[in-house]
Amino acid sequence: MDLPIVALLAQDGITNGAIYALLALALVLVFAVTRVIWVPSGEFLAYGTLTLAGLQLGKASGIAGLLAGMAVVAGAMEAWRSIGDGEARRLPARLALWTGLPLAIAAALYFIAPLQPPFFVQILLALTAVTALGPLLYRIAFQPVAEASVLVLLIVAVAVHFALVGLGLWFFGAEGSRTPPFTSASFELGGVTVSGQSVLVVATSIALIFALALFFNRTLYGRALRATAVNRVGARLAGISPGFAGTLTFTLGALMCAFCGVLIGPITTVYYDSGFLISLKGFVGAIFGGLVTYPAAAAGSLLVGVLESFSSFWASAFKEVIVFTLIIPVLLWLSLTTQHHEEDE
Amino acid sequence: MSGGSWTRYAFVAFVAVLVAVPAVAPAFWVTLGNYIGLYSIVALGLVLLTGVAGQTSFGQAAFVGIGAYTTAWLTTSLGYTPWITLAIGLAVTAAVALALGAITLRMKGHYLPLATIAWGISLYFLFGNLDFLGGHTGLTSIPPLAIGSFELKAERALFLFVWAIALAALWATANLLDSRPGRAIRALRGGFEMAEAFGVDGARMKTVVFVYAALLACVSGWLYAHLQRFVNPTPFSINMGIEYLFMAVVGGAGSVWGAVVGATLITLLKQVLQDILPGLLGRSGNFEMIVFGVLLVVLLQRAREGVWPWIARLLPRSAPRPVPDAPPLKARHHAEHPGPLLEVRAARKAFGGLVAVNDLTFDIRAGEILGLIGPNGAGKSTTFALISGALPLTTGDVVFRGRSIGSRPPYEIARRGIGRTFQHVKLIPGMSVLDHVALGAYLRGTTGVARAALKLDRQEEARTRAEAARQIARCGLTAHTFESAGSLALGQQRIVEIARALACDPTLLLLDEPAAGLRYLEKQQLAALLRGLKAEGMTILLVEHDMDFVMGITDRLVVMDFGEKLAEGLPAEIQRNPRVREAYLGGVAE
Repeated sequence: MDLPIVALLAQDGITNGAIYALLALALVLVFAVTRVIWVPSGEFLAYGTLTLAGLQLGKASGIAGLLAGMAVVAGAMEAWRSIGDGEARRLPARLALWTGLPLAIAAALYFIAPLQPPFFVQILLALTAVTALGPLLYRIAFQPVAEASVLVLLIVAVAVHFALVGLGLWFFGAEGSRTPPFTSASFELGGVTVSGQSVLVVATSIALIFALALFFNRTLYGRALRATAVNRVGARLAGISPGFAGTLTFTLGALMCAFCGVLIGPITTVYYDSGFLISLKGFVGAIFGGLVTYPAAAAGSLLVGVLESFSSFWASAFKEVIVFTLIIPVLLWLSLTTQHHEEDE
Repeated sequence: MSGGSWTRYAFVAFVAVLVAVPAVAPAFWVTLGNYIGLYSIVALGLVLLTGVAGQTSFGQAAFVGIGAYTTAWLTTSLGYTPWITLAIGLAVTAAVALALGAITLRMKGHYLPLATIAWGISLYFLFGNLDFLGGHTGLTSIPPLAIGSFELKAERALFLFVWAIALAALWATANLLDSRPGRAIRALRGGFEMAEAFGVDGARMKTVVFVYAALLACVSGWLYAHLQRFVNPTPFSINMGIEYLFMAVVGGAGSVWGAVVGATLITLLKQVLQDILPGLLGRSGNFEMIVFGVLLVVLLQRAREGVWPWIARLLPRSAPRPVPDAPPLKARHHAEHPGPLLEVRAARKAFGGLVAVNDLTFDIRAGEILGLIGPNGAGKSTTFALISGALPLTTGDVVFRGRSIGSRPPYEIARRGIGRTFQHVKLIPGMSVLDHVALGAYLRGTTGVARAALKLDRQEEARTRAEAARQIARCGLTAHTFESAGSLALGQQRIVEIARALACDPTLLLLDEPAAGLRYLEKQQLAALLRGLKAEGMTILLVEHDMDFVMGITDRLVVMDFGEKLAEGLPAEIQRNPRVREAYLGGVAE
């Protein structure tokens, strides 16, 4: 193994690690605010890539249909709730938000897709569509059980993962897709070839992480989410509705995962069921931070990416085995350093 | 499962149907029945783990895989007989489950499921990439099981064998739940704190349950290998692990029969959906996943207890098993100890910069009721937690009968002879008053998981139940013996907690605000009970902030304010003490 290979593997690892890091941050965010262990994050990633790949071919009917269907269900749930709570007056506004807006996005997708708009517009469309799935999913699947134990929320999350994988197969088919690279540029850096694509992925991830940090530190909504993560009851007393915090969190989480999907599209062939394995690598990263610490989660994800890249060189058949077995020593370390062992029911 | 005659008839009918199936049913149904039996065994373990102990695992399919691959490899490559490979498979499974459990079960509930996902995937890829296990094509020509010279080759012959094992597992698990370790397992659901207060080592018990569930999965895998006569990695993937959990949750994770119902429903549903969905959607694929996923979300939102409770409601309720008349359990050691029974020596608890208990010192003498009082936020509950072991001391010590118990885990403190109640009542919904109080007697029994599962514990169990009934009578709750403790009024629930603490035959009883939230009459009943206990020689520490209640029944009082001892003395002295009056009324007097 010589230097160019090491450099190549490291570059690969860091590129993938940057994507895992973004995923890990989404997972930590969602867990901290809603206590949902967001297993279906991987499906959002795969949907991101595959929606973009579909748009390349002028097709977006599947995802548009899913959005429309979920919009109708969410609308029905809102209507049920509004009438049950005697808040029928607020129903039109809620319907506009939960049914009207997603239907509009679905319609835009459906009608713009065949026109084959420029790549940039396609990316924007794919991100919008997949991001819109986040809050809808929260409203339909998680909000009704928001007060349940972490365990119940986890089982719901796994059930949603199951359904989304099945739907992914239906909409996108069993064939994998790749999206065209954003750039084919590459340059030499100290005798090592660095691809523009890698630089772009890493730079975008870092930019997004900084944007999130700004959001959480500088904006009212960001602070509201942080408050909810620290103390749910306290935040509620301060006027932050848990439903709102959950919706906003899932919107952000979905956006981050869809973004990962767009970033990973040119690097790997993504299948309808690829998301699970990719998101689990994010989980392994997130567990480094005990599912609560952002910097540790990001660092852990980078390590996962690099480890994966090197093990695919040394023992490619056992790549996944090595990456997922890594979780055991990490958990051992966590278990030895964590004193508190009470259930958080 | 216990007692009632209808359950016996239903069970006999169920067995009769099972015996008839291989004789009359078409081959297709026999095959399906075999799979339902195999899945039921796995789901049964998850019922215990998820529904009863409040843990979960998505990696059960991997344990099934260990059982299947162990026997497949050893019988084909090394020529071992399947009966030996079962033992080896169980040993390997136990070792893996112990290791995983030891790492994850001391932490919050969600690390176990996450670890099982990761390990399930690891093992799946390992099966698929190890050459000696045949890679993704797997291992073929596994020999059939044989009893003597009779080979269980035909599916119809195996059907009876599979279901005999499934029913045996069902029987053992139901026995286990209705026993000393079973009560401890059920108590884990609300977290460690309650179970540990009665001497249960929570992390150890959780590990036991996890290993038990893994062993059941391994048995299922072993059967699978000899039924299929060939193995490949696919049926041991993480998706199958998730489906096992679906079975337990859909069927009803609160009852052993939920496992059978869930395995049956999911297997049949999958069969039907695989037939119709691809036609409807115009292509082939695992579309039943969509239905399963949606179904489970709806179920968890609308009927979290699964299908079994709906079926159970249609069945006649069996009468509760009467409490046997049995000799008492052995009394625990109450040797006289010279000097104070409990000494709190300069106990200190700091949370970061906040000192909640500041070098507090006081004694409890044998045979007295000592009241620990103080305004809200004075540090009473923290002091209580330091004595009961719920929180470790920052500095200082707590000495019980001359031996230090400071910062020991709660289950060790319980073993020394201290019983307690909880400020926020900790009862398991659906568990009867009798079972709760019998849980209190955990430390006075010795039955382990194996004895309980094989129903060898009946003598001790009868004595435990009789003891629980005596404690319930002592507290005046006999009329509610068989009711679900969660359905009682708060006052009665607090009395159940006292009966439960008494069942462990404590030397010292710690009561954490037993009068909080009680109505006047309930308070009077509680006071009468405590006076009765004192007359019988019990020593009691009573943490309260209801002054009237405390003044009437305590021998001495310790008053706390801002984490420090403000005063100590007889109730009448305390009532006259100007500093105490100021602490309670201070803001108003100025």
